[in-house]
Amino acid sequence: MNLHEHQAKSLLHQYGASIPDGVIATTPEQAAAAAGSLGGDKWVIKAQIHAGARAQAGGVRMVGSADEAAQAARDLLGKRIVTAQTGPDGITVRKVYVEKACDVAREIYAAILVERAKAAVVVLVGRDGGKGVERTLARRETLFELPFTEDRVDTTGISAMAAFLSIDADLASRLVDMLSAARKTFIGLDARLIEINPLAITTDGGVVALDAKMIIDDNAMWRHPDLEELRDEDDQDPQEKAADQFEMNYARMDGNIGILTMGAGLGLATMDMVVNAGGRPANFMDVRPMANRDQVAEGIRLLLNDKRVKVILVMAMGGGLLHCDTVAEGLSTLFRQAGAAKPVVYYAAGTGKEISELTLRNQGVPAAITGSMEEAVEEAVRIAGSGER
Amino acid sequence: MSILVNRNTRVIIQGITGKIATRMAERAIASGTNLVGGVRPGRGGSRHLNVPVFDSVAVAVTETKPDATAVFVPPQHAAEAMIEAIEAEIPLIVCVTERIPILDMVRVKAALTGSKSRLIGPNSYGIITPGECRIGVMPDRPHTPGKIGIASRSATLAYAAVDQTTRLELGQSTSIGIGGDPVHGIGFRECLELFLADDKTAGIVLIGEMGGSDEEQAAALLKENKAKKPVVAYIAGMYAPAGRRMGHAGTIDFFGDRSAAGKVEALRDAGATVVDSPTQIGHAIRQALWRQ
Repeated sequence: MNLHEHQAKSLLHQYGASIPDGVIATTPEQAAAAAGSLGGDKWVIKAQIHAGARAQAGGVRMVGSADEAAQAARDLLGKRIVTAQTGPDGITVRKVYVEKACDVAREIYAAILVERAKAAVVVLVGRDGGKGVERTLARRETLFELPFTEDRVDTTGISAMAAFLSIDADLASRLVDMLSAARKTFIGLDARLIEINPLAITTDGGVVALDAKMIIDDNAMWRHPDLEELRDEDDQDPQEKAADQFEMNYARMDGNIGILTMGAGLGLATMDMVVNAGGRPANFMDVRPMANRDQVAEGIRLLLNDKRVKVILVMAMGGGLLHCDTVAEGLSTLFRQAGAAKPVVYYAAGTGKEISELTLRNQGVPAAITGSMEEAVEEAVRIAGSGER
Repeated sequence: MSILVNRNTRVIIQGITGKIATRMAERAIASGTNLVGGVRPGRGGSRHLNVPVFDSVAVAVTETKPDATAVFVPPQHAAEAMIEAIEAEIPLIVCVTERIPILDMVRVKAALTGSKSRLIGPNSYGIITPGECRIGVMPDRPHTPGKIGIASRSATLAYAAVDQTTRLELGQSTSIGIGGDPVHGIGFRECLELFLADDKTAGIVLIGEMGGSDEEQAAALLKENKAKKPVVAYIAGMYAPAGRRMGHAGTIDFFGDRSAAGKVEALRDAGATVVDSPTQIGHAIRQALWRQ
């Protein structure tokens, strides 16, 4: 689950990290009032969307008066922001965060995550923060790993970070306090990622989280029912949201071939085969092993209702838990209800292959039953009309 | 031979009375697996599927001396179950549970360090030595005893490779699901080492996907000591968007530099045959064996 900047900061603050004072606004009037109540003479107005690279896309404005704050909010609210991380449609801004600006001497980068090769939580620090460093984690080797033993960093660790950042020991020690608080937040809330970028060193020697990104581990939400209310489904893809309820893993792509597969690996492989054959997937959708036929039917319904989808490609690979017939029954159930609205290409192998093909034939589902994965992919690409370039 | 499990492997199941565990246990017994007991707190002293049920792993270990345990425990309690098995020093732990919190797996891995246990999974189809021992949720058909070792992050793609190698009359020595999670037990590198040392395995199939560095580590091993056995690999996710969960949590890689294309290159560079489609795995391994 992705959190908004203001939510992430508020959680970090609860664990002891310092953040600038700020208020959420949903109207220009609220933004102006927020600037007044926060005090000071400079504020930052920030669009609250679940995507990075907001600043480059114009989603962050610096203002010097309450009127300017209102104007910036007017500009941003209702606007669609398109960044490298939003996809081509962008995300509509529904809330802005009005924050007191601070005098920044230097911006650095910090991230906390589980490094899988080490199977451990790591706290990483980069020399430069701010705009244009959205891809910092890809340059792992340029980052300093703060050495934690249990929950503490010893003086050697503090000195090493001070040397890495070329800062004095006092400042380094304040920075370690802030990063320890952020690490506690990570562990306490089952985060997958906390990124503080930029982490500001202010002119008076303070350390402040200027921007923060936080992702909570979906698999651990049962431990944090209180975080559920922070979920903002407004900017979650509606199909993704629906698929979640039916034991499906869905990810939106930008093509016209609707894909449903048994198994995530098969889903990735099918997408690759479709692209290699000159087609374009509209989505990735994986039926989880515990799904039943009604859930499969709901998954297919998503593809039927998706106007972009010209053809539905179903790859069934029966295993020990989920058999092909469950998928075929799901298809049949839906087509009985919804009618043959879209062409279906079907391939099955493994447990329940024969019975699933029989089910489709007997139930009159207008599916092209194919003999190999290649044939299925080629047929789907042909129907989608994207074979020729 | 085969790797990790064979007809003599004594197996217990944690969470044996659950619906799926029961279904899979019946299959295991029917296909010759030496199931010696199960664990279900509160049900100790009873019998299930004609094997004794114990209240704790510790008691089960004392009473049945298992070589392996299958963890069929819901995600909320799976980490505790694995740690219990590690503390009881069961040599092989196989966890099929999906959607375990990543920080729970960090704790499990810490418990594994320096222990006497090896972990397969979680979010894994398990391990099977066809005709001898199966621990997991895989189908029985079309597995056949044979000479191809398979290690895969994905269950369904492994089944595809099993199907192809069975049709080509090569069969499988052992098939292992390393699991689709970012933090997991044994990886491709360790599977490769085991298969390379196994007399019965003539060729090895690795089925990977974007995210993580398991494939790169396997490639490094192949590069260090030129494999005496052919290795065929398939990597899924060439065109998948980075940074998103594509079914498996393990496809998310915040470091962003472990693309499928990079893995393909690393494996080719190390001398493995990398195929473009999962349908080519069987033929590629047969050809590679002929060339030998």
